[in-house]
Amino acid sequence: MNTPISIEIVMLLAGILFVLGIVGVIIRKNIIFMLLSVEVMLNAAGLAFIAAGSRWAQPDGQVMFIFILAMAAAEVSVGLALILRIYQQHKSLDIDKLKEMKG
Amino acid sequence: MDHLLWLIPAFPLVGFIMLSLLGRHMSRFWIAIIGAGSVSLSAILTLFIGFNFLSLAPPEGHYSQTLWAWLEVAAFNPKITLYLDALSLVFVFVITFIGALIHIYSVAFMAADKDYARFFACMNLFVFSMLLLVLADNLLLLYLGWEGVGLCSYLLIGFWYENPSNGYAARKAFTITRIGDTAMAIGLFVIFYQFGTLVIPDILTLAPSVWHEGATIATVTALLLLAGGVGKSAQLPLQTWLPDAMAGPSPVSALIHAATMVTAGVYLIARMHVIFQLSPTAQMVVAGIGAATLLIAGFSALTQYDIKRVLAYSTISQIGYMFLALGLGAWTAAIFHFMIHAFFKALLFLAAGAVIEALDHEHNMFRMGGLKNKLPVIFWTFLIGSASLAALPIISAGFYSKDQILWYAWASEQGNLILWLIALLGAFITAAYTTRMMVLTFWGEAKTAIGHYPGKLMTVPLMVLAFFSLFAGFIELPHNFGQFALFSDLLHQVLPETMLKAGIHGELLFQLLAFIATFCGIYLAYIFWYKKPQLIEKSKQSQLAMNLYKYWLSGWGFDQIYQVLFVKPIVFIANINKNDVVDKLFQGITALTLHLHRLLSFTQSGSLRWYIIGLVVGAILILSIQLML
Amino acid sequence: MRIRQLTYIVYYLKMNIFFYITAFVTLFSTIMVITRHNPVHALLYLVISLLSLSVIFFLLGAPFVALLEIIIYAGAIMVLFIFVIMLLNLGKETAAQEKAWLKPRIWIGPVILSTILLAELIYLITTAQLPSYNLQTVDSKAVAISLFKPYLIGVELAAMLLMAGVVGAAHIGQQKKTVLHRFLKEEEPQ
Repeated sequence: MNTPISIEIVMLLAGILFVLGIVGVIIRKNIIFMLLSVEVMLNAAGLAFIAAGSRWAQPDGQVMFIFILAMAAAEVSVGLALILRIYQQHKSLDIDKLKEMKG
Repeated sequence: MDHLLWLIPAFPLVGFIMLSLLGRHMSRFWIAIIGAGSVSLSAILTLFIGFNFLSLAPPEGHYSQTLWAWLEVAAFNPKITLYLDALSLVFVFVITFIGALIHIYSVAFMAADKDYARFFACMNLFVFSMLLLVLADNLLLLYLGWEGVGLCSYLLIGFWYENPSNGYAARKAFTITRIGDTAMAIGLFVIFYQFGTLVIPDILTLAPSVWHEGATIATVTALLLLAGGVGKSAQLPLQTWLPDAMAGPSPVSALIHAATMVTAGVYLIARMHVIFQLSPTAQMVVAGIGAATLLIAGFSALTQYDIKRVLAYSTISQIGYMFLALGLGAWTAAIFHFMIHAFFKALLFLAAGAVIEALDHEHNMFRMGGLKNKLPVIFWTFLIGSASLAALPIISAGFYSKDQILWYAWASEQGNLILWLIALLGAFITAAYTTRMMVLTFWGEAKTAIGHYPGKLMTVPLMVLAFFSLFAGFIELPHNFGQFALFSDLLHQVLPETMLKAGIHGELLFQLLAFIATFCGIYLAYIFWYKKPQLIEKSKQSQLAMNLYKYWLSGWGFDQIYQVLFVKPIVFIANINKNDVVDKLFQGITALTLHLHRLLSFTQSGSLRWYIIGLVVGAILILSIQLML
Repeated sequence: MRIRQLTYIVYYLKMNIFFYITAFVTLFSTIMVITRHNPVHALLYLVISLLSLSVIFFLLGAPFVALLEIIIYAGAIMVLFIFVIMLLNLGKETAAQEKAWLKPRIWIGPVILSTILLAELIYLITTAQLPSYNLQTVDSKAVAISLFKPYLIGVELAAMLLMAGVVGAAHIGQQKKTVLHRFLKEEEPQ
């Protein structure tokens, strides 16, 4: 059973992880959990890139993942700082309370 | 000399531009200097050029200066070319000279008005347009001047725009003259179609070879041009605007509605005389319109109580004389009468304005009186003007010009008894209403006290005009007085000779008949309004007299006829579409957009989860489209 | 060197099984992440998910990125999350609140949407006829060369992005001390 891993399976896994992330974002009301689900989605996307890079034997997939990593780090730091601010002002992490930009 | 022609209209144009742009920053002194000075400079330059023209006759009998090419479209390339021949010279002289005098008069007349600069700006623009009209080499440039004077007439009639009836009078004038302008434009189209050019000298040389005498197309063109003239010169049936145009200031009435704009029709017909000569029918129509107008206006003038309206109807009547002369083929007589009429009518309007000012805006003659000794200068100048208007024999200039027309009404080839009788009756009525006006205003008891006396700036122009009203006639003596016909000699360079019937004589007899008519008119008015005013009271009892009076007072009911025939149906039709069906379409578009906006704004709820669901749904949709294709 | 030898050994040793087991672990822990009430629990499950993803990367022949994932993602980003949870003092009340919010009823809509999405993705992936091939290892040397040659600009931009993130986070997270005169001291709104 030395069959190599077929790329469809890996892509499938990435897809399922991504959808799970989306479900998490839609379901949760707490901002921290939504951020966590976004991280899940980012990882799923990264997995897809790595798989593609591995299929073509090129480093481009991994390079893309490194960039995703850098971006996720920056995003999380700023996002968490914003969450701290929101908690300071609204005393709650419920996203449904943050509805001022409507209409 | 050719290269100085452009300066004549340029001075007033510069005056207009300076006054309209910078007028509100200038002091009254400078506004007056620029406003009156520009036209005066034009007058001096005209005198200079005219002197040169008369002393050394230019080659081909005209000065011509091409400024630039206006349009160049296929075969149509009119140029801005100024063309001065004997006919234009007469008109330019009248416009600039009388214009300058009126501007000087207005410096004092409008001194208290708050829109001083606007007045002079409009007046300068008017003088510019009128000069362009008479100096134009081609019909398109003439039409430009034509429209320009129409615009300025509107601006100046409605000068005191805060009063809505002034605006109404201005709009009425503009609309009615517009009808004539449209007919004239169609005439221009026909001319261009037939001749391929709009240059006037070319048309006049080409016309006899392209059209034969009595051709229908010539008649049609001539009638279209006549319609334009009828509109601008306030002849039947488009004469209703001129009495209402008296809502403007008196200098405006003097300049525009006596001396210049209303004579634009006379100029046009005289200029395009070749076309009219090719169509005897059109000439008959011209003469007929002239004759009818002079009678109708004369009767109306006899009943008016506003002094300016008397003068307005008088203007309509005198221009009727000019049209009559044009229709008879008495071209030079018409232009001569135009020039003399310009002098005395401007004088009469300015003097009437001075009287109205002195009596604090009292227009009703029946409330004036006894001014003979209180306003001597105005009295004497007004008297001279009225004498000219009534054509007092020998001493007044008006006699020479009007008598010529009366003679040609009988003696020219197209003249006949009826036209002569109408003209004679017109002379009688003219003398009557003129005397009535003089008597009511200056004799009798003073019913209104004088507010303030006019100053030098107002009286000196009056005196200059009075001088010309007395002595300007001597340049053209009737044939039986001598062969001293300077004026027609000059104009025969441009206009054709008047053909007299074969073997006609007896001019002296007709002059005597004209004397008698004039004196009868003066005597009648003297009796009715001075000596025995009880005759008027008696005639007020008669129902027929009262009906006639009301009918003539309203200008033979033309306003009412037009109201019923034209105004009411158009207003009715306009009211049907009051809410503008077409506009509803555009309002519908905006309403729909607003509705969609309100619907879509619900989607921006501010809730982040809602947006994410939107994203997911969108992703699903895109992927499903991908799957299906 | 040793890592490369290790990858070759693993490859020959029934790699498939390892892959499926790791995949199952990833899926399970991700489902746990999105369903837990306690934030710290969810966080820990996410760490496990990241670690198993790292193993998958390893199996796919990307050792460099596998290690990077552990160091940066699980090591730094998740620690950030923990710090924030500590700062916000999210404890029992949060867990109770989440429990109140996460009723089974609200799962229906998102699950349906996600199932549709998943179905489409599965269909797209499986119906694409791709030839099977060997998954190759791309080691760190190749990645490094790639970063320094064609993707140099990307590296610089990523650096700028990170700096922007640092500065932004520092500024947003600042807490200004308002100094009031003692006579003006009132209840300061937080």
